[in-house]
Amino acid sequence: MADFEGRSLRCRRGGRDVFAGLSFALPPGGALLLTGPNGSGKSSLLRLMAGLLRPADGELLWEDRPIDEAPEAHAARLHYLGHLDAVKPVLSVAENLRFWADLRGGGESVDAALEAFALTELAAVPGRLLSAGQRRRLALARLVAAPAELWLLDEPSVGLDHASVGRLAAAIAEHRAGGGRVVVATHTALDLGDPQRLSLDALPPPPLPEMVW
Amino acid sequence: MVTGDGVVRGFLLIIARDLRLALRQRADAWLAVLFFVLTAALFPFGVGPEPNLLARIAPGIIWVVALLAVLLSLERLFLADYEDGSLEQLLLSPLPLELAVLAKVLAHWLTTGLPLIAAAPLLAVLFHMDFAGLGVLLLAMLLGTPTLSLVGAVGAALTLGARRGGVLIPLLVLPLYVPALIFGVGATDAALLGLAARPHLLLLGAVLLVMLVVTPLAGAAALRQALE
Repeated sequence: MADFEGRSLRCRRGGRDVFAGLSFALPPGGALLLTGPNGSGKSSLLRLMAGLLRPADGELLWEDRPIDEAPEAHAARLHYLGHLDAVKPVLSVAENLRFWADLRGGGESVDAALEAFALTELAAVPGRLLSAGQRRRLALARLVAAPAELWLLDEPSVGLDHASVGRLAAAIAEHRAGGGRVVVATHTALDLGDPQRLSLDALPPPPLPEMVW
Repeated sequence: MVTGDGVVRGFLLIIARDLRLALRQRADAWLAVLFFVLTAALFPFGVGPEPNLLARIAPGIIWVVALLAVLLSLERLFLADYEDGSLEQLLLSPLPLELAVLAKVLAHWLTTGLPLIAAAPLLAVLFHMDFAGLGVLLLAMLLGTPTLSLVGAVGAALTLGARRGGVLIPLLVLPLYVPALIFGVGATDAALLGLAARPHLLLLGAVLLVMLVVTPLAGAAALRQALE
């Protein structure tokens, strides 16, 4: 089995279960769309998948090996895009992107990544002058600038204009065509082709704590 | 998998990035040095301009003020990266977080500790300190200021998630600065009195070696905790 797999995951935040008994399996080239209302644990699940959080129960497996066996190897194979864009205000767009690409050993595809998200004209502009949508595009360009097998995208289309959402969909399609996997949590329309869907509000509610009087 | 080459390259990349950021925001780096010089310059007004007294207490003043100047700069060590999401990305880079912490501390020392050492001779002149002690003072600072950055980094990492973390850092870090202060002043005092400074310097070096091991481990653990 070459799946990225989660088995009966339970996530606890601040003393209460966010979700429990959650399982998924994602084959190479697959896309997983997380849906559910605010607070249903989509971001927590993505952080679990990235290894930023640890599950209270259950396990995450990459091709049958637990991901916490080798955290650095897992980190090397994934791109995580959270709510924050990691853009330094005093560095230019190209410098921002080049640092993250070089750190992952990419580097040579920085220009192509700028092109893919229509940032070439902004390459010399410092980060502090970017609009929210432009900062988001710069964060997305990181995905393309250095290859990684697994993309974990938390609301990737927030702040993007129509054309940029199309560019994102194209980048995801190309990533999947090359055997890459992608997990996306989003509320907006984003064309993922034929994603698996995982609805977090459809999960069995966690058992109520027993009252002891 | 990450190769040895990749680790060294990643380590140097982070140092280069932090140095470039410091260069673009020069005010931050100047702040520590100016604080160092100006605060030390207050002492002659406070204790009186008597040259013998000033020369006698010069090593202690220089060390205490250097320590406070480093303290002043600690909050920005991880906070900006934490707030803009860079820290999350660093944690998820192929480079072990322990080495990323060490790289950031090294960059912090280059932009804070090293300028303090460069400014120290100016203060030695100001305080009429005997030039026999100047060499040892600089050597002791060369061994001691990296320790200040290393110890401080653990405090900065531990207070990241906390509200008003900047106020907590001094409470946490100042007691841990005492060994570096004692041996640093001891070395310079010994040299001024014509005694052997070597034992003090060796102890300073020992503290530095211990912290070179402790800080990456403790700092990385604290950062992981802050990002949960």
